[in-house]
Amino acid sequence: MTDTTQTERTEARASVLSSALAALPRPALLLAVLIVLLCALVIAFGPVRALQATVNGFVAGSYTGLGAIGLTLVLGVLKLVNFAHGDLLVTGAYFTILFAWLGLPLPLAMLTAMLATAALALATEKIIWQPLRLAKAGSLQLFLSAIGLGLVLRFTVQFFAGSQVRTLGANVVTSIAIGPLRLGTLQALALVVGISAMVIVGLVLRFTSIGKEMRAFADNRALAEVSGIDTQHIINVTWIASGFLAALSGILYATAIGSFNPNFGITLLLSLFAATVLGGIGNPYGALVGGLVIGLSQEWSTLLFNARWKPAVGFALLILMLMFMPQGIFGRAKRRS
Amino acid sequence: MSIDFWINVGVLAGIYGIFTLGLQLNAGFTGLLNFGQAGFMAIGAYTVGILVVDRGWSLWLALPAGIVLAVLAGLFVGIASLRLRSDHFAIATIAFAEIVRYTLQNAAFSGGNQGVLGFDAEWRAVSDWMLPWLATIGLGAYTQLPLFIVVWLAFVALLLMMKGLQATPWGRVLRGIREDEDATAALGKDVFAYKLQSLALAAALAAVAGFFVALNVTYLYPTVFDPTFTFFGYALLVLGGFASYGGVALGSVLFWTLLEGTRLIETSLSAGQQASLRFIIVGVFLLLISRLRPQGLLGNVNEMRVRP
Repeated sequence: MTDTTQTERTEARASVLSSALAALPRPALLLAVLIVLLCALVIAFGPVRALQATVNGFVAGSYTGLGAIGLTLVLGVLKLVNFAHGDLLVTGAYFTILFAWLGLPLPLAMLTAMLATAALALATEKIIWQPLRLAKAGSLQLFLSAIGLGLVLRFTVQFFAGSQVRTLGANVVTSIAIGPLRLGTLQALALVVGISAMVIVGLVLRFTSIGKEMRAFADNRALAEVSGIDTQHIINVTWIASGFLAALSGILYATAIGSFNPNFGITLLLSLFAATVLGGIGNPYGALVGGLVIGLSQEWSTLLFNARWKPAVGFALLILMLMFMPQGIFGRAKRRS
Repeated sequence: MSIDFWINVGVLAGIYGIFTLGLQLNAGFTGLLNFGQAGFMAIGAYTVGILVVDRGWSLWLALPAGIVLAVLAGLFVGIASLRLRSDHFAIATIAFAEIVRYTLQNAAFSGGNQGVLGFDAEWRAVSDWMLPWLATIGLGAYTQLPLFIVVWLAFVALLLMMKGLQATPWGRVLRGIREDEDATAALGKDVFAYKLQSLALAAALAAVAGFFVALNVTYLYPTVFDPTFTFFGYALLVLGGFASYGGVALGSVLFWTLLEGTRLIETSLSAGQQASLRFIIVGVFLLLISRLRPQGLLGNVNEMRVRP
């Protein structure tokens, strides 16, 4: 008798709890989950190790999030799974090396590299994607073209730069101490630039007309076209933004990690896909948040497992998200049109 | 030298032909964009290698075990991700192949980057038994010829089997799914089960290809099974022809002849640059064929109507 009332009471309490959780907005829920996880890690591993991993997670999250924006916009606006996106990150990092070698000071070389990568992304639209769209290409054709483009980009870089490990040439080995936490100067720089870039991108998307049009387009293309948005203009801007941010992300990665080879893009691509799916396809804010979640999960995982399994956490999150929440954490399940 | 070189090209063409039969079944006849084929190939090959070296199994018993494990992996991947949209399915399968490669690179059981070595003694015995026999017809000098013969016998047999399967009611249901999933389901067919069978069969074909890769390279290491090789498979698939098994044979021979043929061109490039150039050629080729003749040489354009 007492047993049943006990169970009933627990069940009632559980249902109250779950309905209260469901009523919370998704971002708040996500934030709550992350804070609970962080507290658990602080208790289990001590504040220094947990916070150090968190800071590293923000560094990883900033380049993952910025890299994922281009991927999610292209997927949302053009319905194109751009397998070559990771290689745009690589192109950005190696353009920096090229321009620095040509004599530009490093910050200027980085900026020029971002512009060059944006131009390259726009060129791929004109040479490859626009003609394929006009020919009403099927999804296999688009997949294979993206894969082909990725191979061309990655191995052109490798052809000229070789496959050996390189650095951006900023040989700064000093580190900054914030209390007991240590952060390399370059990592700190990457963190500040990355987070500021995320805020700027968020503001541009929120308040400028081009940002609004891009979001409208990624969300519902037919509706956006009907309301008089210039399709080709938006597509061009999407590619430029995608290339620019991909290069920024690649440069941040190169700065924060220090050494890299031309394969880092394809390795990072699945984390970018994970961030994209996590944030909901076509949702650039989602991609930023998704990137941070991926970055934090990967760095937190190093407290639990050997650091070499870090990328596997990204893969696992990607597969779990695809299986259980393909619409993303912020997305609503869409009706099929 | 030169004949040995071309025998080796033939071996590669045969192995990747078997590999691509599976992709043709999935992409060409079921409409499934399986980008994880290299992962299934790795599972097949490593199962064989590890069972022989660590467990002392016979090579000939390890082959069916490798196939079974690859099929199980195919079922697992299929059950987990076949309900996804086609582009999500493609991403999930590529993630699967990366996980396999990553695990092989880092786990203790697979020997990491050192790989698995010393599983092919029984194959060497067969090969040595065949060579004197080949010598009687004057071909005893070519040590890779036995592998070439066995690979192509297997390839032709599997190709005929797949052609036969495609002519059965089962094969017609697959094509129905490719053309219109909802209509096929409305006819009372269990679309999910058919897709799962298609994926599992492709995984089995990949495991057979992996077995021959193992015999060809004589030791297993993760980069042999890089997910990029799935893209090579798709390149030769679209070259030969979409939804055509004969096209797989033609595509594989042409693809590997052209790709390996570039090695014969005298250049002043370094070995690394030549390797990069070969990948660039594959990339440019994928871009061109998708644009100019997406159905491939032997493909029928009516087999790949654009679906929404």
